[in-house]
Amino acid sequence: MSAHLPVLMVVLPLAGAVVVPVVGLASARAARALALLALVLAHLCAVGALRVVLANGTWRYRLGGWAPPWGIEYVVDALAGGMAVLVSFVALLTALHARYSHEGRNPLNVATSHALHLLLAAGLLGIVVTGDAFNLYVFLEISALSAYALLAGGGARAEVAAFRYLLIGTVAASFYLLGIGYLYAATGTLNLADLAARLPQAPDAGVVGTGLALIVIGLAVKIALFPLHGWLPDAYAYAPAPTSAFVSSVMGKVGAYVVLRFLFFVFPAGGQAGRALDLLGLAAAAAIVAGSVMALAQRDLRRMLAYSSVAQTGYIMLGFGLGNAAALTGALLHVVNHAVMKACLFLSAGNLLARTGAAGVDECRGVGARLPVTMGAFGVAAVSMIGLPPAGGFFSKWYLVQGALERGAWIYVAAIVAGSALTAVYMFRVLEAAYFRPAAPSAASPPAEAANGPLFGPGEAPAGMLVPMLILALAALGLGVFNQALVDGVVAPALAGVAS
Amino acid sequence: MEHAIHVLATLLLLVGLHGMLTRRHLMRKLMAMNLLQVAVIVFFIALAAKSGAQPPITAVGDAAPRAHDYVNPLPHALMLTAIVVGVATNGVALALLIRIHRRYGTLDEPDVILGMRE
Repeated sequence: MSAHLPVLMVVLPLAGAVVVPVVGLASARAARALALLALVLAHLCAVGALRVVLANGTWRYRLGGWAPPWGIEYVVDALAGGMAVLVSFVALLTALHARYSHEGRNPLNVATSHALHLLLAAGLLGIVVTGDAFNLYVFLEISALSAYALLAGGGARAEVAAFRYLLIGTVAASFYLLGIGYLYAATGTLNLADLAARLPQAPDAGVVGTGLALIVIGLAVKIALFPLHGWLPDAYAYAPAPTSAFVSSVMGKVGAYVVLRFLFFVFPAGGQAGRALDLLGLAAAAAIVAGSVMALAQRDLRRMLAYSSVAQTGYIMLGFGLGNAAALTGALLHVVNHAVMKACLFLSAGNLLARTGAAGVDECRGVGARLPVTMGAFGVAAVSMIGLPPAGGFFSKWYLVQGALERGAWIYVAAIVAGSALTAVYMFRVLEAAYFRPAAPSAASPPAEAANGPLFGPGEAPAGMLVPMLILALAALGLGVFNQALVDGVVAPALAGVAS
Repeated sequence: MEHAIHVLATLLLLVGLHGMLTRRHLMRKLMAMNLLQVAVIVFFIALAAKSGAQPPITAVGDAAPRAHDYVNPLPHALMLTAIVVGVATNGVALALLIRIHRRYGTLDEPDVILGMRE
């Protein structure tokens, strides 16, 4: 079995997605157990593969025994392995939480939603491990389609938001596919390693450049890089809590991973890729400031978190744009940190909404005393998001600032610092309301919709809703405390041969 | 005339993008999205074509087939997959449209937005 870890981590959730709805016809409980089992196994495969890769170097797995470049190969290096561990970890924790947003639904509905969760995980893991550009497109669409369906599960507004996301996401994927077509026309290969070898000798720079531009634009839409973020706030804000936690935390990060893969591992350094990175850096600096300002302007808690994702994506892309060792280290650390803390924030916002009906920032008044665990986790993740030590967020921003200073890019330093200051303002606005304001008398009569919810009630949410959130909050702290080990152990090997 | 097929693909792409941006009806937006997907498919299939080449089926007993006698089959295989992806996308999109229509009684975007505000 251990010889097939790279493919098993994709196949297990994929097979689970097929079996779970069938089992769901008989028992929702069995379907849920099976879904969790598939995700646990996928996570173990990812961890196992990463350990092997860290010990032995890059792992090339031939699907069906076909030799590349004719067959599809899965390639796990430290970068892909690390991403796979992150994706499967968040997928598992959000699936644990998802049980509660299914309360009161019919069993088939519950099973389908678990199946979609598995399909999304399979798609994202596939993107991470595949070494083939077209295979990557297929996984991109598998994950996107399951995300549209999952996001639409949040009710009236969510359906319209999901449909818009579907239109925009499909255009983005089509651009990516068209770009792959240009690269294929220029080189005659779809294998990423083979592309990397042939692109420097490609006869027509115009064709390669067009392909690069199409791929970058497509991915920039997928990761909601400012100013192409229009679809994101509605899609994230109205979805069920575990879905927005899963999608907002890792889906954009996997898109960022693909950008990194193409611009640093496939395209030759400098030249066209360098120009693309310069542009991405500028867009990223704008994203940090604009995303934070828009987050500040939101009255709805989850919309605020969604806009904050636009800003945080900016931090990651800024690190890519700077491109030196420190900045790339910061960007990768931020991929991990942001995934963990944003998932934690969306889960706690979900718990808050389910228990008290509070959806707005103002409605958080006095909830600190009422939901100490939920708001405690929110606070820890918020501190990490602002970038205060000892939480993980501090270190990613520290590396990013270092990288910007090395390049002498003062505007980028200013953007990073301004973004952190704005983050502090919009996060403290929530914490202040929660801890230092008395509960408003009107809060005693929450919206009827929430009060009729199956999870509405006094005090904390059930333990099953708290545990995933607490694990993520602890991870946000742990990523800071064990930051050096993470940088030396995974991030440095992941960037070996790329960062100068 | 050699580039006529590329002109067609570009036109389809632009018509699709234009339709998605300007149509108010959500179903029309979806149809425009389909045009855009077809444009990509046409582009790939055009990549495979060679003048004077035949379909990639080698004659029995032809021990050493020469690649330039045959159309490149790979883009066709890729587009078969892309068409399947497109069908799945349309399935999800139509399911969403049915839900939206049931809730608001219309697929006209301004009316749907009005309905969401109520």
